[in-house]
Amino acid sequence: MTSAIPAKTTTASPAEPGPRLDTGRGNGTKSGRARKQYSDRTRAERRLGWILAGPAFVIMLLVTLYPILQAIYESLFRFRLTAPDERAFVGIENYIVILSDPVWWSGLWTTVFITVVTVLVELVLGFALALVMHKALKSVRGLLRTAILVPYGIITVVSAFAWFYAFDINSGYVNSWFAWLPGIDENLNWFAQGPTALFVIMASEIWKTTPFISLLLLAGLAQVPDELSEAAKVDGATWWEQMRKVIVPNMKAAIMVAVLFRALDAFRIFDNVFIMTNGAYGTEVLSLLAYRQSISRLEIGLGSAVSVLLFLCVLLICFVAIKLFKVDLAGTQGGK
Amino acid sequence: MPTSRRTRSAVKNRPRGTVLAGLVMGTLVMSGCGPAQADNSLTWYINPDAGGQAAIAQKCSDESGGRYSIETSLLPNDAASQREQLARRLAAGDASLDIMSLDPPFIPELAEPGFLAPVPDDVAEATTENVVEGAIAGATWKDELVTVPFWANTQILWYRKSVAEAAGLDMSGPVTWEQIMEAARSQEKTLGVQGQQGESMTVWVNALIESAGGSIIVDPEATADTVELGLDTDAGVAAAEVISTIGKDGLGGPGLPTQDENASLIGFQGDTGSFMVNWPFVYPATVGAVEAGTLDQAVLDDIGWGIYPRMTEDQEAAPPLGGINLGVGAASDNPELAYEAIQCIVSVENQSEYFVTNGNPPANTEAYEDPRIEESFPMAETIRDSLQVAAPRPQTPFYNEVSTGIQQRWAPPAAVDPDSTPQSSSDFITSVLRGEQLL
Repeated sequence: MTSAIPAKTTTASPAEPGPRLDTGRGNGTKSGRARKQYSDRTRAERRLGWILAGPAFVIMLLVTLYPILQAIYESLFRFRLTAPDERAFVGIENYIVILSDPVWWSGLWTTVFITVVTVLVELVLGFALALVMHKALKSVRGLLRTAILVPYGIITVVSAFAWFYAFDINSGYVNSWFAWLPGIDENLNWFAQGPTALFVIMASEIWKTTPFISLLLLAGLAQVPDELSEAAKVDGATWWEQMRKVIVPNMKAAIMVAVLFRALDAFRIFDNVFIMTNGAYGTEVLSLLAYRQSISRLEIGLGSAVSVLLFLCVLLICFVAIKLFKVDLAGTQGGK
Repeated sequence: MPTSRRTRSAVKNRPRGTVLAGLVMGTLVMSGCGPAQADNSLTWYINPDAGGQAAIAQKCSDESGGRYSIETSLLPNDAASQREQLARRLAAGDASLDIMSLDPPFIPELAEPGFLAPVPDDVAEATTENVVEGAIAGATWKDELVTVPFWANTQILWYRKSVAEAAGLDMSGPVTWEQIMEAARSQEKTLGVQGQQGESMTVWVNALIESAGGSIIVDPEATADTVELGLDTDAGVAAAEVISTIGKDGLGGPGLPTQDENASLIGFQGDTGSFMVNWPFVYPATVGAVEAGTLDQAVLDDIGWGIYPRMTEDQEAAPPLGGINLGVGAASDNPELAYEAIQCIVSVENQSEYFVTNGNPPANTEAYEDPRIEESFPMAETIRDSLQVAAPRPQTPFYNEVSTGIQQRWAPPAAVDPDSTPQSSSDFITSVLRGEQLL
C-alpha cells in the first residue's frame, strides 16, 4: 500500500491535477537548496515512473486507442461485411440515422434506468455489507468476506443462466416458491414483459456486483480513523449521527470511486440481457444494440457509430463524475 | 476442436514478427498444440448434433484411402450464431472453411458476395438426384446450385390422440388452424406453437403466409432499396389472425411469449398438451424420455402425427422447411477435395444412417427406403410427404434483416393485431433495408 503513494505522484502525473502535486511537495520544501535536491529526486522518480509505466502505457494505447480510432473511421461508412463492394463514404449519416431513431433512445433510457437503479441499490446493500465485514469478529472475518465475495467470483454468463433458469416459466422454481407473494403465481412469465424481465436482470446484476462495491466501501471504511468516531461517541453522538457526520463524509472519495466504477460497468451491461431476453419486449440496452448492428447484421458502419456513441456516453459519465463530484482517486490518503 | 489456419489478411511479412511467430509456433508444435498442416486435411464446420456428423467425417476419411481426412469443428448452438461466425470468417478469407454445414435461409447472403466456391457440374448433378424440391430450392441462388443438400427438415403436426378424439376431430385427413384452435379451446388445453422473439417466429409466420398462398418477399433477387414485401397482403392478414387469436385467447399458455421448440415439446408432453407444430426431433426426444424413465409410456402411445395444419380447408398447407446444406468456402485451399468429401458425406447410405442415429431426415427420397427408418421413425412417410410440399423461408441476401424485423413486430403473439401488424412490420423492414432505421 505505502509504495503506491510515491508511484502515484510520479507515474500518474500527466493525468493528475497539478495543484495537488504542488501542495504535496510544498510541505517539506523551504530553502532553495532543498528545493533543487528535491527537484532532482522528482526528476529521477519521474524517469523511473515512465520506465516502469511506459511500456504498459504504450500497450494500452495500442489496444484501446487503435480500435477506438478504427471504429470512428468505420462509422463514417455505409459498409456491410457481406457486401464488400458496396462500401461507401456517408459522413455523419449513420449518426443522424441513429439519433433520429426511437430505438436508440429507448435503448438509452433502459440502460440509464438499469444503471441508476442497480448502482443505488448496490450502494446501500454494499455499505451494509461493508459495515458487517468491518465490524465482524476477527475469527469469522475471513469466512464472511469469502462468503460475500462468492457471487462476484462467478462468471457473469454463468450467473445470468442460473437466474434465467430460476425464473423461467418452464424450468424455474421461483414461481412455485414465492406464489404466496402478491403478484406472483404459477403462470407469471417473467421474461414476457419489460418490467418483470428488467426486475430479474437488475436483481441478478445487483446480486453479482454488490460484493465489488462493498469491497471498495470496506477499504474506504478502513481509512476512517477510529479516533474520529470515538471522539464523536464521547460527545454523545448516536450511531446514526456518527454515520452521517463522521464516517460517510470521511469516506466520500471511496464512495464516489465505487459509484463511478459501478456506473461505468452497469452502463455497459450486456451478458445478463443477452442470455435472459436477448433484448426482447423492451429490455434492449445500448451494448446489445451495438452488438445487433455490427455482429448480427454485419453492418460495420452503423454498428461502429452506435459503439462510438456508447463510448461518448461512458466518457460523459466519467466527466460528470470526476468534475461535478470532484472524485479524487488519491483522496483516500487524506485520513493518514 | 482443431486450431483453424490463419486468415489471409492476417499473414503479413515482418521479419521480427516472423521470427517471434516462428518461435511461438515452434514451441506450440513441440508441445503438440500445433495446427494440422497436412495438405489433404479438410475442416468441416458442423452444427451441434448427437455426434452424427463427426461419425460420417470419420467414416468418409477412412473410406477415402488416405486421399483426405476430415476434422470437424463445432459451431455455436443456434442458427443465427452459426451464421455470424461463418459470415465473419468467410469475409476475412479464412482458408480453413473447407466444408460448412449451412442453414438454407442464410445461403444467399454468403453466395451473393462470392464467399462460396462454385459447385462443379458433375457434383451438382450427382448430389441432387432424387432430392426433394424444397431442399434443392434452399441450396440454390440465382438459378445456380451453390451448396449441396445434406439433410432436409420440416415441421409436422403432432397431436395427442385422446384430445383429438374428445374434441371429435377426425385426424385421418388434413386439419385447419381454426379446427385445432377450437379443439384446444373446447378441451381447455394448450397449443404447442413457438411464440418467442426468435428465428422460430419467422418460421411460423412464413409457413402461415405461404400456406395462405402468399410470400414474405415478392422478388427475392431484388436489391435492398427495391425489395418488395408481401406481409401487408390478405395472406399476411390471415397469418396475423391465427397468431393473434392464439395469443389473445391464451391458447398457447402463459409460456407462449418465450416459448421455443424445446419449450413447446415440454408443454406438449405435459397434462395440458393437445396439438403442436414442431420438427421431427420431437419423436426421438420423447422416446428418450420414456427410456430414461422421466415420461410415461402412455404419453408416447397417445402421440399421433399428420401434415402441418392448413389455413383453409381447400388449400394445401406449405409446412416449414429447414435442414442443412454443405458449402465450400471460396478461400479453401482444397475445394476439389472438399467436394469429393461432400459427395461421400451426402451419400444415400450416410443420409439414412444419420436419420436413424440422429433423427435428422434425409434430403434424398431414396434414403427413406432403408428398412431401419420405418422401425425408428414410424412417421417417416409423413415427413417425406411434408418435405415435398414444404416452402423455404425467403431466399434473399437480406434474410437476417427480414427475419429479425418480423421477430420484433410479430412477438409476443398477444400483441399482434391483424389490422396493423402486417403493415407496420412491412414499413419497418423496408426502412431498415434502406438504411433509414436501426434494427
